[in-house]
Amino acid sequence: MKVGIVRFPGSNCDADVYRAVTEGLGEDAVYLWHKSNDLDGADVVVLPGGFSYGDYLRAGAIARFSPIMREVIDFARGGGLTLGICNGFQVLCEAHLLPGALVRNRNLRFRCHDVGLRVENADTAFTSAYADGDLLHIPIAHGEGQFVAEAATLDELEAENRVVFRYADDRGRATDAANPNGSARNIAGISNPEGNILGLMPHPERHSLAVLGNTDGLGVFQSLLAAVAAHGEDAGGELRVAGAPAFGDRAVAGARS
Amino acid sequence: MSRAWSVDVRVTPREGILDPAGETIRRALGNLGYDGVRSVRAGRLIRLEVEAEGPEAARIATEKMCEQLIANPIIENYVVRVREDG
Repeated sequence: MKVGIVRFPGSNCDADVYRAVTEGLGEDAVYLWHKSNDLDGADVVVLPGGFSYGDYLRAGAIARFSPIMREVIDFARGGGLTLGICNGFQVLCEAHLLPGALVRNRNLRFRCHDVGLRVENADTAFTSAYADGDLLHIPIAHGEGQFVAEAATLDELEAENRVVFRYADDRGRATDAANPNGSARNIAGISNPEGNILGLMPHPERHSLAVLGNTDGLGVFQSLLAAVAAHGEDAGGELRVAGAPAFGDRAVAGARS
Repeated sequence: MSRAWSVDVRVTPREGILDPAGETIRRALGNLGYDGVRSVRAGRLIRLEVEAEGPEAARIATEKMCEQLIANPIIENYVVRVREDG
């Protein structure tokens, strides 16, 4: 597996993702400069955490128009596995690859600590190494992580099982006290309808190596490896995620810009 | 003849979107004794100098910029005003 990690000016979790992939999995990773027009043959694209363009205007709003984002959007709309972590999640929402938006934390504070994270859907290319209901401990580090969306959008996300992670307490309950930023319905991570794009605020890469004291987050990368490997057995062509039967139709119907 | 028009864009959080910054200002005002402030919404003002044939062209161009970048319609409203004196 080759993971392409996009570097925007202000990205600061790119090296953490690199080590999660290379040391945690023993797989290949490459950095993709934001001015590049080439994904370098990556099987998976990661938009890492950080403060791209100083979070000016809105977090992720400027990065979304970086030259490389044209390639990333094409890749993601075509079914390529795309993971946005923290600032990367904000970029995916600004690029309309995921619904909703991330706004200032409810209490206005930058929150930097471990949170309980409940796996809501283990049947995705990003979570197959886990089981539904698993409780993970993963760090967050953000000031603008409050997920908001129209009620109809939230209902659709729930109905389609696209809420992949939810903030939860130590007993796995998605309580208000366990919600670090005021996110609607304790939502910490969501996917697109086809299941090939995931955005989440917590940082699985920061808990992906034994030396970091916790490997709860490594499963996200192991899941991606399994998805890429499974695809390699199915077909020799360009990687396209299997899963949603309507996927091919959707990809064709999806507007390209 | 093309000239630069001064354009103000006022961006505010949409109705129904929690505005923790505005709420914090409201509470601080309450602490100072300003009890009559029922709500505060905090947004931002962005001032542009836009080259255009006329004020209407400047407004249309700026609205396009708002849709694409300056505002996020999921969470924000915006109002564009071309300053005639600009």
